[in-house]
This record gives sequence, structure tokens and C-alpha cells, in this order.
Amino acid sequence: MSEHGFETEGLAKSFGKVTALDGVSVAVPRGQVHGLLGPNGAGKTTVIRILATLLRPDSGRASVAGFDVVRQPGRVRGRIAWSGQHTSVDEELTGLANLVMIGRLLDLPRPRARLRAGELLARFGLEEAAGRPVAGYSGGMRRRLDLAASMVGHPEVVFLDEPSVGLDPGKRDELWQLIRGLRADGVTVLLTTQYLEEADALADAVTVIDHGRVIASGTPAELKRQVGGHTIVVRVDDPADTGTAAAVLADVADRTPERSSRHELVVPVAGAEDFFEITARLREHRVAVSELSLRLPSLDEVFLALTGAPGTTANDPHEPTKAA
Amino acid sequence: MTATSLEQPRTRPFAWCRHSLVLARRSLAKTARNPGPIINGIITPALFLVLFLYLFGGSVAGSTAEYVQYLFPGILVMGAGLAGMVSTGTAINLDLKNGVTDRFRSLPISRVAPLLGSVLADLVRYLIAVAVLFALGALLGFRAAGGFGAALAAAGLAIAFGFCLSWVTVFVGVLVRSAEVVLAIGFISFLPLQLGTSLAAPVETLPGWLRTWAEINPVSHAMDACRALLDGTPVGDSVTTTLIWCAILFVVFCPLAVRAYSRQQ
Repeated sequence: MSEHGFETEGLAKSFGKVTALDGVSVAVPRGQVHGLLGPNGAGKTTVIRILATLLRPDSGRASVAGFDVVRQPGRVRGRIAWSGQHTSVDEELTGLANLVMIGRLLDLPRPRARLRAGELLARFGLEEAAGRPVAGYSGGMRRRLDLAASMVGHPEVVFLDEPSVGLDPGKRDELWQLIRGLRADGVTVLLTTQYLEEADALADAVTVIDHGRVIASGTPAELKRQVGGHTIVVRVDDPADTGTAAAVLADVADRTPERSSRHELVVPVAGAEDFFEITARLREHRVAVSELSLRLPSLDEVFLALTGAPGTTANDPHEPTKAA
Repeated sequence: MTATSLEQPRTRPFAWCRHSLVLARRSLAKTARNPGPIINGIITPALFLVLFLYLFGGSVAGSTAEYVQYLFPGILVMGAGLAGMVSTGTAINLDLKNGVTDRFRSLPISRVAPLLGSVLADLVRYLIAVAVLFALGALLGFRAAGGFGAALAAAGLAIAFGFCLSWVTVFVGVLVRSAEVVLAIGFISFLPLQLGTSLAAPVETLPGWLRTWAEINPVSHAMDACRALLDGTPVGDSVTTTLIWCAILFVVFCPLAVRAYSRQQ
């Protein structure tokens, strides 16, 4: 048995002239939750589809649970579950019928398939809705059913492509609990997300990709240290104070703050301690502020810190994966 | 964690066959919950039957009682053709679009099982369409002079022809990205394919260009064959021609559709 849940080496894939992946290597130990982070069009979906045997790489190697995704796709499919960006359950069928069907496709005898479906419906909080057609389910219920459908075959490795898209914060927490539950069962999970916060909440380790290349990897804590963790935003009352405030920020944060407007300064800091230090010093220097906040880094700031260039979070042209 | 992730060994024989049956059930369950498409596929030929019968029955054949004997077999072929066109082609296209097909492909089942399942379910839908049309025909005065056996043969031939023709739609459904386009192609091809035939009047009575087309059109041959079978008149080479067309359509478009479907990656 491979010690890796899954592994890729120099994965490359192009769609026509568009290069989606340009040498992606990731290795994730069994039983870990791994976050694949990146803006739209970075190649996250392409990586996950190759691992789920839905797409062939042009070059490079990928294996899941020790089996090669190109040479042994059948072995891989017997051990994985895949859940796409759009929930892929049948609208016309009931929640129960959807799960029983997957069980039957996995060669469970009908009674076993029904039993397994019942177990999963209970675990995913869908018992009451089990007999209703999915067409009447809410977005959160569909997502849970989709996840339940992934779990029917007791997969060893689960691939979730942007699982929290379209969920409100409460439902998202629910989903996070379910994913932590998978981890507790020893399942290896790969999830893609655009949000550092999500990766932070769930993942043992994170790989950041952009334009089809790995630009950073490590635990969320490592990544944050690299990025600078939090950001402090100071908005001074009087623009004349900007110079003083900038000196304070530069001194504490050990970086030159960016002036985002006439009144506003932004600087990445290591953590909350810096925030209190800056607060105290601003008071000492009698700088009147109208706004002072400590923010988690946005994905843009991660990219700023990791690549030295602003991330392309929206309307990226390199997004062939949606159509694939 | 154990070495086998599934509760059953995956080496049981005829897996593709079993999985296709499971997916055929799925397709039929979907039709039962959402019968719109199949109702559409039955109402259209039913409307043409009633419309043509009462509009033209008197002038074409002298009476509606005479005309229904001529018109009904063509309507039967149209019904079987439509039943095939409306189901698998659009259903496969929708499944591809909303990711259901991807889920199936990530499962350890045969890649073509979803396609085969849907086509198997089509056979049930053909039977329903043909049965409903026969009931309506009987209500409007149609009598199968050729007897029960011949009626069964005509129904079988219509279904076989509809099935083989449906592979063209399946192929289009796999290739084209949007279900609307699949429907539009189906609708546009309906006129020349189903109406440019011997449906309403013998091809000899049609003007030159239309006659040329209707004589080439395989649907005409299927209609003529069913008409002869149901009437108990000599079938000539109409049945043979229809079967040859069935074989051509199937042999060309089934592999094309299956190949396009399993290559969708």
C-alpha cells in the first residue's frame, strides 16, 4: 500500500493553445486533507480531473492510492470519489434513489445499497428529505447529497472541486464539519478553493498554483509566515499625519507600508501582537485614526506576497477547464 | 483501511450489462417523474393524425374511414422516430453538461454504460409510444387488415427503425454542447425527414423535387413497409429496404456516437 494518498509529478496539460498545467507536482500522505489554492483559471480543476481519471495528462505522472491514473484507471476509480463544482445528482429522483443507484453501480446487492444509502442520509442530515425528489432540495441539501453520493463506495481518496461554492456561511460550516469527519475516518481529501480561509480551516497542507504552476506549498501556518499573515489597514483623520503613521507601521512591521489612498496605509504584519503594538504607538504619537483594522490576507495579498505581482483573481483568460 | 475499498469484488461477470440495466432504470424513473418529453413525442404524431385525417381525409381518399387506413402506418413510424429523437439525444447531452456523466465516469463502471442504459430505456419508451398510437388509431377507426401478427411486425419494424435513426440524434447530442441546439436540430430535420415522405399521400402524387426526395428518404420506405404489413398487401421490397437502412444507420452512427461519447475528455 502506497504511503501517499495521491501524488503527481510534472503534470502538464494543454487545451488547444491554452496551457492549463505546466508541470505540477504534489504529494499528499494518506489520511490528510490537502488544499489546492489558486485563482480562477489557475488549473485547479484540471489537476483534480486528471486525478479523478476524467482527463488524461499530456505529460507527467499521477497516481492515486498507489495506482497510475492513466495505466490503471479502473483501480483508481474503485478507490476514489469525485464531486464537481456543480452538484451532479438527479433532480427527478429522490435523495434515497440517487444513493441507492450509486450503490447498485458499485455492485452492492439491493438490500446493502439501501442500507448504505440510509446510513449516509442519516449522517448527512438528510433523513427527512430522503423520500423527496432532489428538485425540491435547497443548495446546501444538494451539496450534502452530492457528498453523500461520493461516500457510498467507502472511498480512500476524495476529490472535491470547490465544494463551498454557492453555500451561505452557515451551510459552509456544516460542510467543513463533514470534511473534518472524512479526515477522522482516515480518508485522504483533496479540495480546491479560492479562499485561504477555507484552506486554513480544513487543510493539513496547501499547494498554491497559478497559471498552471505551483508557486508555493506548505502548511497554512508556513504559508502565512511566508505571506505575512495579517494585514493592518490604517486610515488617518488628517492626511498630514500620514508620514508619522507610515513611520510607525514601517518600524513595527519591518516593511514599507503601501499608501492605498491619501488617508490610507496598508501593511502586512506577522500577527495580532503587531496590531497592539501599532495601536499603542499611534496613540503615543497622537495620530488620530478613523479606521484601524487587522485583516486576514486576501488571496490577492497572498499572490502579491508570493509572486510580487498582483494575483489575477477575476476574468482570467486561462480558464479552459470549465468547458472541458 | 483495508485493501479492498468496495464491499463486493469487482470481478463479477457482465458488469457492463448490469450497470447498463441500473442506468436504464434511472432513465425510466426520470421519465416517470418528468414525462414531458415522451408526452411531446406522442402528442405530435397524434396531432398530425387527427389533423390530416379530418382536413384531408375527404379530398384525398374520399372519406376519413378510408384515409385512416392509409395515414395511420406513417404516423406510427413518425411516433417511433420521435420517441427516439426526444429521449436519449437530449438526456445524454444534459447529463454531459451538468456533470452527471463525470460522476459516472469516476465510478468503476464501463464508460458506455450510461449511453447503453439510456438507449435500453428508450426501447420501453418506444413501446409506450407505439401502444398509445395504436389505441388512438383504433379509436379513429383504423383496422389492421393484415391481422395481429402483421400488426406486431409493423410495430416491431417501426421501433427498430426509430431505434436505428435515434443513433443519429445520440451522436449529435454527444457532439453538441447545448440541449437547445440538439432540440433545434431535431425540430428542423423533422419537416423534411418525417413530412417529406409518403406519410400523407403516395409519393407518385408529389411534385417532382419532393417526389425525388421522398423516394430517397428512408422514412418513406419504413412507412410504406408498415402500411403494407398493416394492410396485409404485398410488401414488395419495402421491408428489405427499410431493414437495410436500419443497418446502415446503426452501423454508421452507433460506433460514431459511442466513440465520441467515450472520448469526451
